[in-house]
Amino acid sequence: MIGLANIGKRFGDNLVLKGVTVAIAEGSVTALVGPSGGGKSTLLRCINLLEIPTSGTVRIGDETLEFRPGVRVPTADIRRLRLQTGMVFQNFQLFPHRTAIENVMEGLVTVLGWSSQKAHERALALLEKVGMAHKADAWPATLSGGQQQRVAIARALAPSPKVLLCDEPTSALDPELAQEVVDVLGQLASEGTTMVMATHDLRLASKIAQEAVFLDAGVIVEQGPSATLFGNPERERTKRFIATLKQEAADKEAGA
Amino acid sequence: MPHWLQLMLDSLPSLLWAALIFTVPLTLLSFVLGLTVGLGAALGRLFGPKPVVALVRFYVWIFRGTPLLVQLFLIFYGLPSVGILLDAFTAALIGFTLNIGAYTSEIIRAAIGSVPKGQWEAAYSIGMTWSQAMRRTILPQAGRVAVPPLSNTFISLVKDTSLAAAITVPEMFQAAQRIVATTYEPLILYVEAAILYLAMSSVLSALQTRLEGRLNRYGGFLEARS
Repeated sequence: MIGLANIGKRFGDNLVLKGVTVAIAEGSVTALVGPSGGGKSTLLRCINLLEIPTSGTVRIGDETLEFRPGVRVPTADIRRLRLQTGMVFQNFQLFPHRTAIENVMEGLVTVLGWSSQKAHERALALLEKVGMAHKADAWPATLSGGQQQRVAIARALAPSPKVLLCDEPTSALDPELAQEVVDVLGQLASEGTTMVMATHDLRLASKIAQEAVFLDAGVIVEQGPSATLFGNPERERTKRFIATLKQEAADKEAGA
Repeated sequence: MPHWLQLMLDSLPSLLWAALIFTVPLTLLSFVLGLTVGLGAALGRLFGPKPVVALVRFYVWIFRGTPLLVQLFLIFYGLPSVGILLDAFTAALIGFTLNIGAYTSEIIRAAIGSVPKGQWEAAYSIGMTWSQAMRRTILPQAGRVAVPPLSNTFISLVKDTSLAAAITVPEMFQAAQRIVATTYEPLILYVEAAILYLAMSSVLSALQTRLEGRLNRYGGFLEARS
């Protein structure tokens, strides 16, 4: 349902993605893992075109866009593809000048042209789903990080995107607050929401992702079912990385 | 009643009238127009093609780098030499507008730049176009940052309108000068004019405080917190 074919991304002289091809099935959850700078965030941002790939093809549902070096893709096309996606950011990025519910309504009213009454109903239902309905009228600055991220998830889901993209959704949160976000994402996954997440959080990845892609230095080192990739990886590079993550997680656990 | 108080009271209607029909309209009009020019210039400088960026930089360089009084003289006394004849009020309005535009464009540019990049991305991620993101997400947050420096500019402008007296606009300061010419009481009349300018600035300061309170109700930019 989502197809990335031969995605290349260059920042100046730096080749961040070197021809990455991934297929993501509808209703599946895919974790992009790998060391910092390995390209997982860039790849994720190439799906909703916050980064424009230098080359390659991005397909979401029926929308396909092809990128070639030096050829500008019209912004209208980019937006059409982007509208099929929702994104959750590491630092939440709620609109600080709007209340929680206004944040969720914003896309529906401004982008999709819904009446504010209809948008309000849907926004409230989504806030209910992420357990934030009681804070509907709160300013983001008064919410904890976990609460902000849950509102951000509701905002991303509001226009019913075909895929929810999560960029390190728990990295800015302490373990306890991360847990409430993991729970919400787990619930969405069990309801069949298609998700792609870039993450360091092994707990998040192993709990809710069926598929995992290990990216290093701009190429896919290994991909497959997450249980295999996390439990019994094939490649030496993957083994080393997963071992480090597990060590970190254990250290954190011991420290906490 | 002491002489000085009598004189102040007698001249008060003339000064207030001049303020009402010249100082206040000149201030408000040139601020609103100047702010519009400033917003356009800021957007041009931030997002325009290279020639526009160069043009805006040149404009700001000229109007920030030369005295306001000289600008007013050039427009009112200089332009007629090339066939452009303006009445005094129009000349003052143009001069103040261009001057305010140059200063506010820098304020607005900095304020827009202060909004975190992630806010653009969040706006784009829910499907907004550039102009929707600008209007709904970036400008409201930039506005909050811009209010204190813009208020500074506004308050300076109220006082600077007194320079229009030099190009024959009969605003409040010129009204005071005219009364001085017949009464020979410069100290009393100029103190009175100063008090009236102070009163106008104070009203603006109070409005600024209220506006800031309103804009601050949601708290600051969001930092990632856990």
